[in-house]
Amino acid sequence: MRDSASVSELQANPVVRVSSARRISTLLYARAKLRLALLLAAPVFWLGLVYIAALLAMFVTALYSVDSFTGDIRPGFNLDNIASLFTDPLYVNVTMRTLGVALLVTVVDVLIALPIAFFMAKVASPRLQRILVIAVLMPLWASYLVKAYAWRSVLSNTGLAQWLLQPLGLSTPGYGIPAVVITLGYLWLPYVILPIYAGLERVPNSLLEASSDLGAKTWATLRLVVFPMLVPAVIAGSIFSFSLSLGDYITVNIVGGPNQMLGNLVYTNIGTANNLPMAATVALVPVVIMFGYLAAVRRTGALDNL
Amino acid sequence: MVENFAISLRGLKKTFGTTTAVDNLDLDIASGEFFSMLGPSGSGKTTVLRLIAGFEQPTAGTISLLGQDVTASAPFDRDVNTVFQDYALFPHMNVLENVGYGLRVRGINKDGRNRLALEALETVRLAQLGERKPSELSGGQRQRVALARAIAVKPKVLLLDEPLGALDLKLREQMQIELKELQRELGITFIFVTHDQEEALSLSDRVAVFNAGRIEQLGTPRELYENPASEFVAKFVGTTNLLEPDQTQLLFGVSKRASLRPEKIRVVETGGTQAVILEVSYLGAAQRLLVKTDNGVQLTVLATAEERVFAREQTVHLQMSATDLVSLEP
Repeated sequence: MRDSASVSELQANPVVRVSSARRISTLLYARAKLRLALLLAAPVFWLGLVYIAALLAMFVTALYSVDSFTGDIRPGFNLDNIASLFTDPLYVNVTMRTLGVALLVTVVDVLIALPIAFFMAKVASPRLQRILVIAVLMPLWASYLVKAYAWRSVLSNTGLAQWLLQPLGLSTPGYGIPAVVITLGYLWLPYVILPIYAGLERVPNSLLEASSDLGAKTWATLRLVVFPMLVPAVIAGSIFSFSLSLGDYITVNIVGGPNQMLGNLVYTNIGTANNLPMAATVALVPVVIMFGYLAAVRRTGALDNL
Repeated sequence: MVENFAISLRGLKKTFGTTTAVDNLDLDIASGEFFSMLGPSGSGKTTVLRLIAGFEQPTAGTISLLGQDVTASAPFDRDVNTVFQDYALFPHMNVLENVGYGLRVRGINKDGRNRLALEALETVRLAQLGERKPSELSGGQRQRVALARAIAVKPKVLLLDEPLGALDLKLREQMQIELKELQRELGITFIFVTHDQEEALSLSDRVAVFNAGRIEQLGTPRELYENPASEFVAKFVGTTNLLEPDQTQLLFGVSKRASLRPEKIRVVETGGTQAVILEVSYLGAAQRLLVKTDNGVQLTVLATAEERVFAREQTVHLQMSATDLVSLEP
């Protein structure tokens, strides 16, 4: 009854009930640019102000200096900090060490991720596949600190690693660079498995069948068909493990023994040394390295896969 | 085995879980034959092809290739090649590299394989596109590259899994002719899987009609069309009028389940059985009439287009002969 009443009302007086929400919708419908501006306002604010402005502030701060007597920051244009990155053996060594750790972690992760991702995408049943995706993601639900301390306990002189390796005449690597590589490799493994898994999912089974149909044995199929098609996915995964390793400083504190990485130098410059400009300078190193890395991989098309 | 068939299947069976895809199949395919496996989707024809290629392992039975048992061999050890339904071209290789792939994994050097790949491309008239990537080709061109890739390694048997399914009608008809010519030229055995009965009839030396994992009937296209052994074959191969015993009794005075092809019924000026036209479809070369006879039997009739113009509700006279009835097993 009520329906028919409102219908007749509408018919009698079609423009009587135009709500303000409807008016706004009508306004927006005709103005594509306004619509786009509203949609992007928040992300542009975030990206522009919080993200890029902070990066620029860091770059500018790197050019400041510190009064060695009062400890006050002196704004200005001063390239001494940047020069010391190349001349001070401490910064050179730590940069090389960090780069080495990041590369090693990436290589280890890719080597472990490839067979796991292949099994998930091409061998496992759909049910097992879902279980494995969850299993790979599960470590990400636990706190970073918990996982790092778990490795500290595993690698300690009385820990699980020692207990397992002793019967074989080996011993735990203890705390140091190997422990850092193991722990970071563990922490970033899911970020490497998932893009490779997604990349393999996009290789149709018929391509593998066609390859063996044409006479290729398993290894030839992997080498000539699977790997070349996986290059973008592997690079996408490596960007994660490489960049996350470059910036890490907690793991190296927990299992790294006396070793330092770039992150530690930033930390001590902010805290103990009270040298904010130098901290900003050191923080630029991973940024610059990543820019170089991304520029190099851009050519491979890997960035389409992220 | 005295005679070496290209392919011999004995007691071949394949089950997936509780479903039987291929049920105890015996089949011999002669060398140089154009053999089609025809059936609706899920009838097991593609599974048979995949078993022959080696992508699936049979649950039971044996597969012989030229008299040699290959049941346990891997796909790369079988002298058969497949043209895939989705073409399965390697997207990161250009056309020439795709066609040369089988030669490459056989250890033939670059010059040799490029020369042979170019030859294969020439047989499908695509020699000028060697540098293109598969993504830069049209559907019909991809289809030919897939074909060239399969014949470049000179297999004894070529397996084609609905290779023309993704092409539009005009291109499909053209490719049918080319496939037939290619097969004659190369003299290799073609095993062609399709659900398109017209395609199977026009191309093949022999056709096996599949239904529910079994061969319903095996014969030349003419045999299948003229003498369908079962209701399934009569319906699946071409269109037909399926008549119940009481209907044949009314029309012909004999009582049996039978098939009567629409083109066997002739529309005449006078005499014969009187019928009313219910529906007319104009097909260009012919007209298809749906009629109802005086004694209440609905029939499909195929009349040539130039015969005369028919209209709905018009009364026509039909001439049909009991000798055109093909009895079907109950």
